[in-house]
Amino acid sequence: MLTLTLNHFLVLGAILFCVGLYGALAKGHAVAVLMGIELMLNSVNITLVGFARFLAPDQLLGQVFAVFVITAAAAEAAVGLAIVLVVYRQRRTVNVEEVDLLKW
Amino acid sequence: MSDPLVTLVFYGIAAVTIVAAIGVVSLRNIYRAALCLVLTFLGVAGVYILLNADFVAVMQVLIYAGAVTTMLLFAIMLTRSPGSPRSNAANRQSGLALFAVLVLVVLLVLALGTAVWPQTAPVAAQSSVDVLAKQLFTTYALPFEIASVLLLAAMVGAIILARED
Amino acid sequence: MENIFLANAWLILALPFAAFLGIVAFTLGHKRLSGYLTIAGVGGAFLVSVGVLAAVTAGGSVHLSFPWYVLGETHFELGLLIDPLTAIMLIVVTGVSLVVQIYSQGYMHGDPGYSRYFAFMALFTTSMLGLVLAPNFLQLYIFWELVGLCSYLLIGFWYRKPEAAAAAKKAFITTRLGDLGLLIGILLLYWNTGTFSFGGIAQVIAGHTLPEGLITTAAVLVFCGAVGKSAQFPLHVWLPDAMEGPTPVSALIHAATMVAAGVYLVARVFEIFSASPTAMLVVAVIGAITAFLAASMGLVMTDIKRVMAYSTISQLGYMMLALGVGSYLGGVTHLANHAFFKALLFLGAGSVIHATGAQDMDEFSGLGSKMKITAGTLLVGSLSLAGIFPFSGFWSKDEILAGALQRTDNPLLVFLGLVGVLVAGMTAFYIARMWLRTFTGEFRTPAPAGAHGGGHGSHEGHGSVHESPWVMTVPLIALAIPALLSGLLGSDLTGQWYGHFLEGAEFHPESLNPLVAGGSTIVTLGGLFLAWATYSKKWISAPAVQRQFSGVHRWLVNKYYLDDLYLWLIRRVVIGGSDAFQWFDLHIVDGVVNGVGRTLAATGSALREFQTGRVQNYGLAFFGGVVIVVVFTVFLR
Repeated sequence: MLTLTLNHFLVLGAILFCVGLYGALAKGHAVAVLMGIELMLNSVNITLVGFARFLAPDQLLGQVFAVFVITAAAAEAAVGLAIVLVVYRQRRTVNVEEVDLLKW
Repeated sequence: MSDPLVTLVFYGIAAVTIVAAIGVVSLRNIYRAALCLVLTFLGVAGVYILLNADFVAVMQVLIYAGAVTTMLLFAIMLTRSPGSPRSNAANRQSGLALFAVLVLVVLLVLALGTAVWPQTAPVAAQSSVDVLAKQLFTTYALPFEIASVLLLAAMVGAIILARED
Repeated sequence: MENIFLANAWLILALPFAAFLGIVAFTLGHKRLSGYLTIAGVGGAFLVSVGVLAAVTAGGSVHLSFPWYVLGETHFELGLLIDPLTAIMLIVVTGVSLVVQIYSQGYMHGDPGYSRYFAFMALFTTSMLGLVLAPNFLQLYIFWELVGLCSYLLIGFWYRKPEAAAAAKKAFITTRLGDLGLLIGILLLYWNTGTFSFGGIAQVIAGHTLPEGLITTAAVLVFCGAVGKSAQFPLHVWLPDAMEGPTPVSALIHAATMVAAGVYLVARVFEIFSASPTAMLVVAVIGAITAFLAASMGLVMTDIKRVMAYSTISQLGYMMLALGVGSYLGGVTHLANHAFFKALLFLGAGSVIHATGAQDMDEFSGLGSKMKITAGTLLVGSLSLAGIFPFSGFWSKDEILAGALQRTDNPLLVFLGLVGVLVAGMTAFYIARMWLRTFTGEFRTPAPAGAHGGGHGSHEGHGSVHESPWVMTVPLIALAIPALLSGLLGSDLTGQWYGHFLEGAEFHPESLNPLVAGGSTIVTLGGLFLAWATYSKKWISAPAVQRQFSGVHRWLVNKYYLDDLYLWLIRRVVIGGSDAFQWFDLHIVDGVVNGVGRTLAATGSALREFQTGRVQNYGLAFFGGVVIVVVFTVFLR
C-alpha cells in the first residue's frame, strides 16, 4: 500500500469519473451539468497521464492526449456555456428538465 | 515512487480532490459548487505533478482552474434566476442516478484496484516538457494544428451563439 | 427464289394489311371506297397466292427467317414459310376471303359500320395469312391471337345487340382456355428443343432424343389450342353463338378459315403428333366425339345458321379424326374442300336471311321458285357437304373414312371410322332437311310487321321476297365451282394431284376402296332419302318422331345441356371459389395486415412515452445499461 502504483491513479480517476457522472445525470442546473462533465474529463486525463507515467515513460503519449483533451474541453466549455446563455435568453430558465424539445 | 512520503502526499491530495468533487455535486449553492470545482482542479494538478507531468499540471491550473472556472462563474451570474435559494438542486432522477453511479464505482474500483499491468523500465529523469514538445511538433503536428482550428471554430461559434440580436 | 411470286410472297401479307391501314387512316368516312380497298388488297393477295401455288407446284418453296430480337442466347425470329400445305391454305384463305368481301358489299349494304366492317375483315385476312405463313410457333401464336381478336371484333360487330356482345365474349374466353394450353405446349417444346421453328422441332423429334411422354404432353397441349380454335368438344360451345355476327363473317371466319386454323395447326406440326400414338388417339377420339355430337345437334336445330354452325363443328371433327388416324391427306384436303362448300352454304344462308329477314326455318319455306340461283348453288353446297359423288366432299370424306377403317391395328380407330360413316348419314339428313325446308314446299315468309307486333324490317308481305343482288349471287356461283370440282383434284381423274402435291415422293396412290366408298354413299343416300321422305313426302311425320323421342329431342335441342353445365360450373366453382377467396382476403389477409399495423401503432404509442426529450434521462439509461451489462457479463455469467 505504501508504494504508489498505476492502480492508485486509476482508482482515483474512476471515483472522480463517477462523481462527475452523478453530477451530469442528477443536477438540474445546466452549468452544474457542465461542471460534472468537466469532472469526468479531468478523471480521464488523470488516467491518461497515469498510463503515460507507468507504461511508456519515454514517449509520454498519454500527456499528448491529455493536452488535446484539455483543448477540446476548453472549446466544449466555451460553446456549452454559450448555448446555456442562449437557452436562458429564449426560455428564461436554465433547468435542463424544462428543456425537452428533443422528442416527437 | 517508493517513497512513503510521496505516497502519503498522494493520499492527501486524492482525499482533497474527491471531497471537493463530491462538494461540487452536492452543495446547494452553485457558487460554492463552482469554488469546490476550482479546488478539485487544483487537486488534479497536484496529481499531475506526482506523475511527473509538470507541463500538463501547469496547463490544468491555467486553463481549468483559471479560464474555465471564470467562464462558468460568468455563465452562472448571467443566468441567475431571481429568488432561487436552491440554485444547485438535484433533479427527479437523482436517486436512481446515485444508485447506478454507486454500483458503477464499486465495479470500477474492484476492477481497477486489482488489475495487473506489465512491469516497465525505470523512469528516465528528464523534463517531460522536452519529450512533450518533440511529440507535439513532430509526430502530432497535424492534430496540434487541427486543435487550433477547433479552438478557433469554438470561439466563433460561441460568439455567434451568445451575441444579442 | 428465282420465281417472282415466291420472292415477293410478303405481298400476300402486306396488301390486305395496307388495306386495313388505309381504311383506318383515310377512308372510314367513305363507305364504298373502304369496301373497294379491302377487295383490292385481298384480290392482290389472291393473285400472288395463285402465282405462289403455281411456283410451289413446280417444286419451289420459301424458307425465310430473320432475327426479330435477340435475348442473350435466345433468338426470336420472324419469317415466311411456304410449302405445299401453306400454298393450299393461301389459296383457300385468299380465295374465300375475296369472294366473301365481294358478297359483303351486298350483304352489308347500308350498314352504319360498313367501313369498320371492311377494316376488320382486312385485318382478319392479314392475320389469317400471317398464321398460315408463320415458320415458327412464336409467330404462329401472335397471329393465332390476332385472328382470335378479329373474331371477337366481328362476332360483336353489332355490339349494341346484347346477344352479339355476349357471344363475342363467350367466343373469346372459350378459345382462350384452349390458347392457354397451346401457349404452355409451345413453351414446353421450346424448353426441350431450344427452338420455336417448326422445322427445328421436327428435326429434334426425328432424332428420337425426347422421351415419348414429353412429346405426348406437348402434342396434347398444342392440341388444346386447336380444340379451342376449331371448336372441338368440349370447347365447341362458342361457335353456334358466334353466329350472332354478320353472315359473311360466319362464312369466312367461323366456317372456312379461322376455325380451320386448329386443323391447320395439327397438320403443320404433324411430325410431333405422329411421334406419339397416344396424342394421335386423343386427336382421333376428340374429333369423332365432336363430329357425332355436333351432327346430332344439327339434326334438330331450326335456326338455319345454327344448322350450319353445328355442321361446321361436325366437319372440323371429321378433319381432326382424319389427322388422328394418320390420314394427313384426308384432313388437309377436307379442310380445303370444306372451306369452299361451307363458305358457299353460309353465303347462301346469308342470301336467304337477307331476302326474308328471318333465320328460323319455321318462319319460311318454299323459297326455291323465288331464289333460283341461291337454291341452286346451295344445292351444290349441300350435296358436296353430304358427300355425294362427284361433289368435292365425297373425295375427301372417302379419304378420311378409308384412312380410319384401314387402321385394323387398333379396333378403336376402326370403330371411330364407323362412327364417321354414321355421321355421314346424319350430315346428309340434316343438310337435306335444311334445303328441303327452306326451298321446297308451300311458299311462306315471315308475316308482315303488323301481324307479329314485331318487325323483320322492310320485308312486307309475300311479294317482296326476291333474289339477292348480283354482288351476292356471283360469289355464290364462284364458290359453287370449287365446291363441285375441287374434290376431283384428289381423284384418279387428275392423277390424285392433292396426294402428289402435299406428300411428294412419299405418296402412294391408292384407288378408291369400293367397300368404303360404296358403303358411305349408301348411308349418305339413306340419310338423304330419310330427309326427303320426312320433309318432302311427309311419309314420316317429324312431329310424331319428335314426340316419340321427346327425351332425346330435348337433350339435343338443349345441346346436351353442356352450356348449362358450363354455366353451372362457372357459377359454382368459379364464382363460389371467388367468394371464398374474397372472404379469405377480407377477413384473413386484411385481418393479418391490419392486425400487424394496429399492433405496431399501439406499441409505438406505448413506447412513445419513453421519449421524454430530456437528455439526462437518456444518459441515465445509457450508463444504467452499461452497469447492467457489466454486472451480467462479469458476475452472472
